[in-house]
Amino acid sequence: MMSATTGSGGPSTTEADAAAMRAMLGAVLPPVMGMVLLIGIWHLATMNGGSIPTPGKTWDAAAILFADPFYSNGPNDQGIGWNILSSLQRVAIGFGFAALVGIPAGFILGRFATMASMINPIISLLRPVSPLAWLPIGLLVFKKADPAATWTIFICSIWPMIMNTAQGVMRVPQDYLNVARVLNLSEWKIVTKILFPSVLPYMLTGIRLSIGTAWLVIVAAEMLTGGVGIGFWVWDEWNNLKVEHIIIAIFVIGIVGLILEQTLLFLAKQLRMES
Amino acid sequence: MNPEKFVQIEKVGMSFDTKKGKFVALKDIDLNIKQGEFVSLIGHSGCGKSTLLNLIAGLTLPTTGAMLCANREIAGPGPERAVVFQNHSLLPWLTCFENVYLAVERVFAANEPKAQLKDRTTKVLEMVGLAHAIHKYPGEISGGMKQRVGIARALAMEPKVLLMDEPFGALDALTRARLQDELMKICDATKATTVMVTHDVDEAVLLSDRIVMMTNGPAATIGEILHVDLPRPRARLTLAHDPQYMKYRSAVIEFLYAKQSHPLAA
Repeated sequence: MMSATTGSGGPSTTEADAAAMRAMLGAVLPPVMGMVLLIGIWHLATMNGGSIPTPGKTWDAAAILFADPFYSNGPNDQGIGWNILSSLQRVAIGFGFAALVGIPAGFILGRFATMASMINPIISLLRPVSPLAWLPIGLLVFKKADPAATWTIFICSIWPMIMNTAQGVMRVPQDYLNVARVLNLSEWKIVTKILFPSVLPYMLTGIRLSIGTAWLVIVAAEMLTGGVGIGFWVWDEWNNLKVEHIIIAIFVIGIVGLILEQTLLFLAKQLRMES
Repeated sequence: MNPEKFVQIEKVGMSFDTKKGKFVALKDIDLNIKQGEFVSLIGHSGCGKSTLLNLIAGLTLPTTGAMLCANREIAGPGPERAVVFQNHSLLPWLTCFENVYLAVERVFAANEPKAQLKDRTTKVLEMVGLAHAIHKYPGEISGGMKQRVGIARALAMEPKVLLMDEPFGALDALTRARLQDELMKICDATKATTVMVTHDVDEAVLLSDRIVMMTNGPAATIGEILHVDLPRPRARLTLAHDPQYMKYRSAVIEFLYAKQSHPLAA
C-alpha cells in the first residue's frame, strides 16, 4: 500500500526508477550468477563423497571458525583473525621497508641516466628470481624465521616500486621541467612541487603491484617458515587434514587481496581527480 | 649599458645532432633588441622562431655566436628572462595563486616578508583579470584563463625580458583579441621588453614595434625586419581601416606568401 502512494509522483519517476533498477540488476546479476555457477559446480563435483568437502560443509566449518576469530591457545593454535593479522603485519613491514628504499632509489634512477644504466642490468637480473629463493639468505642473515619471511616480502615488493617510480620520473613532462629551469627552482622545490606530484600516480601503480605480489608471496613464505600466519595456517590444516579449512583459507586470502587492491585503486583514482 | 642593445644576438647559429647527421636550424642571426621594445618573430612553422626564443630564454645554448642580455652572457635560463609557454605549462596540482607564488617566492623571498610576497601574487593575478579565480585549479578554468595565469606568472617575476612562445595560439579568436588588448596595456604600464613568437600577421602588426621575419628552414635566418611606426596606445577598431596598418600588414603577408611561400604549400 505504501509503495503505491510513493509511486504516485508521476509516470516519469517510476520509469526512471525502473531504468535504475534494470541498470542495477545488469551490474549485479552476472557476478552473482557466476558465483552461483561456481558453487553449483563445486557442489555437483563433491556431493558423492571424496576428499574435497561440499560447499555446505565448508560453510558450516566457516561459521564455527568465524564465530571466534581471535582466540589464542598458545603459539600454534590461534584464531583465523590472528593469523590474517600477523600475515598482514609481515607484509606491511616488508613492504614499508621496500617503499623506504625503493621509492628514493626509483627517483635517483629516473633522474640520473648514468645511475640508471649502472643499476638497470642488476635489476633485470634479479627481478625474475622467485623471492622464495632469497628466503635461505634471509634465514642465514637474520637467524630467525619471522624476519626472514619479512625479508622475502621486502625483496619481492622492491622491484615494482623502483621500476614504476623511475618510469614516472622519466615521464615528467618536459614543459614542467622547463618551468623549473626558467624559475630557477631549487632541487628541493623541484622534487616537492614538480617531481613528486607528477610521479605520484606511477608510484601508486608500483605500490599496488608490490602489495599484490607481496600478498602472493607471504602465503608461500609462511608455509616454509612456520609461526602464526595465514600461510602457515593453511599448511597446519593440511597436516590436520581439515580440508574445509584450506578452502576457507583460499577464499580469505582472495578476499584480503581483493580488498588491498581495491583500496589502492580507489586511492589512485582520488589522486587523479585532484590533479 | 647601452639601452639600444639590451638583448644582443650576434652571429648566432644553432644545429642539432640527429641520426641523419647535423641539422642546421638557425644560422647567422644578428639582432639587437632595445629596452622596452616589443619584437615579434614571425615565419612559417619549422623556421626556427621557437628555437630562437628558447636560445634567448637560455633553455638551449647556441652552437655558434654570442648572446647577451643587459651586457651579461646568456648561459642558461633565469628569472630575469621570464617565459610564457605556448601551452601555459601550469602545474595542475597547484592553484592559480600557488602557481604564481612559486615564481614570486623564487625571485623575491630573499628580500621580502611573506605577506608582501602574497600581496605581489594577488596583485599580478588581479592585473590579468583573475581576481575571482585565484584559488581555482588549472583544471577548473578555461584555456584563456590558464594562459593569463601563465602571463601573470611571468610578469610576477618582474623580468627584464618577457619571452612569449605563441602565447595565444591555442585560443579562440575572441579570447585572443581580448588578451592581446590586455597585453598591450600591461606592456605600456610595465615598459617590459618583450619578444613574442607568432604566426598571426594581425597580432604581429598590432602589438609590435618591430617584426622580425624569418626565412624558411633548414638553416633559417632573419629575412627582413619591419619597423611598425604606429602611435600607441593602439586601438584595434580604428587601426582596421588605417592605411598605414594595411601597408604593414601587406608587407608581412608579401614576405610570408610571396618571398617565403610555405615549402609544403608549393
